[in-house]
Amino acid sequence: MELNGAQIVIQSLKDEGVEYIFGYPGGAVLHLYDALFQQDEVKHILVRHEQGATHAADGYARATGKPGVVLVTSGPGATNAVTGIATAYMDSIPMVVISGQVPLPVIGSDAFQEVDMVGITRPCVKHNFLVKDVNKLAETIKKAFYVATTGRPGPVVVDVPKDITDPRIKVPYKYPKKVSIRSYNPAVSGHKGQIKKAVDLLLTAQKPIIYSGGGVVLGEASKELTEFAHTLGFPITNTLMGLGAYPATDKQFVGMLGMHGTYEANMAMHDSDVIIAIGARFDDRVTGKLDEFCPHAQIIHIDVDPASISKTVKVAIPIVGEVKPVLEQMLEMIRESKKKPSKKALESWWKQIDQWRAVKCMEYDRSSQLIKPQYVIEQLYEVTKGEAYVTSDVGQHQMWAAQYYPFDKPRHWINSGGLGTMGFGLPAAIGVKLAFPDSDVACVTGDGSIQMCIQELSTALQYNAPVKIINLNNSYLGMVRQWQEFSYESRYSHSYMDTIPDFVKLTEAYGHVGMRIDKPEDVRPALEEAFAMKDRTVFLDILTDRTENVYPMIEAGKAHNDMTLRVADGTSTDRELA
Amino acid sequence: MRHIISILIENESGALSRVAGLFSARGYNIESLTVAPTEDPSLSRMTLVTRGSDDIIEQITKQLNKLIDVVKLIDLVESVHIERELMMVKIRTTEHTREEIRGMADIFRGKIIDVTPTTYVVEMTGPSSKLDAFIAAIDGDSIIEVVRSGPTGISRGEKGLHL
Repeated sequence: MELNGAQIVIQSLKDEGVEYIFGYPGGAVLHLYDALFQQDEVKHILVRHEQGATHAADGYARATGKPGVVLVTSGPGATNAVTGIATAYMDSIPMVVISGQVPLPVIGSDAFQEVDMVGITRPCVKHNFLVKDVNKLAETIKKAFYVATTGRPGPVVVDVPKDITDPRIKVPYKYPKKVSIRSYNPAVSGHKGQIKKAVDLLLTAQKPIIYSGGGVVLGEASKELTEFAHTLGFPITNTLMGLGAYPATDKQFVGMLGMHGTYEANMAMHDSDVIIAIGARFDDRVTGKLDEFCPHAQIIHIDVDPASISKTVKVAIPIVGEVKPVLEQMLEMIRESKKKPSKKALESWWKQIDQWRAVKCMEYDRSSQLIKPQYVIEQLYEVTKGEAYVTSDVGQHQMWAAQYYPFDKPRHWINSGGLGTMGFGLPAAIGVKLAFPDSDVACVTGDGSIQMCIQELSTALQYNAPVKIINLNNSYLGMVRQWQEFSYESRYSHSYMDTIPDFVKLTEAYGHVGMRIDKPEDVRPALEEAFAMKDRTVFLDILTDRTENVYPMIEAGKAHNDMTLRVADGTSTDRELA
Repeated sequence: MRHIISILIENESGALSRVAGLFSARGYNIESLTVAPTEDPSLSRMTLVTRGSDDIIEQITKQLNKLIDVVKLIDLVESVHIERELMMVKIRTTEHTREEIRGMADIFRGKIIDVTPTTYVVEMTGPSSKLDAFIAAIDGDSIIEVVRSGPTGISRGEKGLHL
């Protein structure tokens, strides 16, 4: 079969099984868009800004486990995509971004809409390619998918100069079934001796804890993790990225850990004698002050990326491999072992943990006349029966969603954890909804974040992706305000927006349904009404208590056992706002 | 501690910038970097001298290994190895100093490879410390220009860095 470069790109995507491509046309990709027009297998979603394309593809990838695919033009199209690429990179999300480039002969001449995309994205991709020969196009695309989806996943950029997609130049096409790259051989199964050592240590632990992260979601090892925890009877905490990998409603789950983690999770980490870190990377929001991180613990660390091991926290037993096969092997060894976890030690450990739980660190003022954001999330959980896909933006609302919506299944909690990208939530929700049109998809956001990619409301209408937007509106950049309250004597420097748009009218202008809710008793009925409108995007503008803060909190530079809790009577601080 | 990391890397445009970019992005220091193709035209060999604690060097080698273009690498300092650097020094000479400089170059097994009525160019190879010693031994004011390649190295014995 002879195809031109543009057709090769599209045919390669078909052969790769790509369902959706999120993109935005422009000069350098016109040939590609012409080839897209002449087929209907790969469905193109026209976003309203390239950042939205990357986030939508990212949301799709996080919810499905399949790589997200993006198509943007050169220059500004490419640079607009960078934030989304970096977002995917920080959270290890498989993504293939095809960017147009000016024709090869003019590269380097500062041509119109030229930018060194390979150079710009180098630090925020797993790998990138500049295609210089149309004969290598199909193989390069295959390599991009291979690299993006194997080992520790990540985004891969394929920069395609316009002349490579010239419709007049046809070459033989064959999409390779497999590619290998001599310098790229990600580890799969872990070292058996190390696994054995880890199992021995686990079985002698007195105060153990399982600390698992996004790697369990990415590695599809939820079932194995659950079985592992149940077999051992250990407490388990998840990182922000790992929520859902272990059922949050299970009694062994002690909640999220880290900066806004639960009291019991952080205290248990701090006091533990053995920690097994599974697909987690000891991020600074998790560890707090490094010098005082888990001072008594011997640490086992399973990770597919050797560079994640002993990067910030030194571990005793590193295991490089995919979490799923490693956990399977561990489970087998545990079952065969004559040694069993000490019942007595575990009983007294659980007793201690229950005492920490009794602090009830997640309580908030339920009698408030104002709408408490936590209450909104709890109601969202009930209305959606805990089964919705929830995307979020970044800030206080993100933490409340993580804290008050217990996720029982992986891939249902979709947020930008590593990069912390405001503007992520709405486009990500659209990507999720396209993948699962029959499921409820909620975007929990705030009045600051939602305005960063609000133009994608238009995309949601065009492609019939009805999502529910839960806007926790406090007229503040809430997390910034909270830090300013705690650390800058309430000098609220530029964290207040005086001119927030009328979101109801704005939503209506985009062709959707808007609702404003300002009384606690209206929250539940409004949510029910919104989710009953299956085929409409609904924007719930919920005016919440503007002074509410996220608790517990480990302030920057403090240790796990040095948490700021809500004041004793369960109310938040009633400080006057500017 | 000083480490010499020897890298086999795909001979492709952009490969060098991936290594250099990694060092600047993560705040590692590069003392010197040399790169040239090998007998296999698809591969380049890069020799990189860096300094850092054991933890940092471990991270550097892991991060380098993560780069898709890096095929293989070793830290030469971990085993017995030979290290050489090439230097060319242009020295201003006078009637009185020519003899002395020639003698000094001889002692250091250097070669004079360019002569004008007022200058010599001395070529010298050796471990970096020897080149340092030569520079220290001659009068600093007479040096017009020093060009050093940065060290490169190879391990002793049968072991080698190859595919």
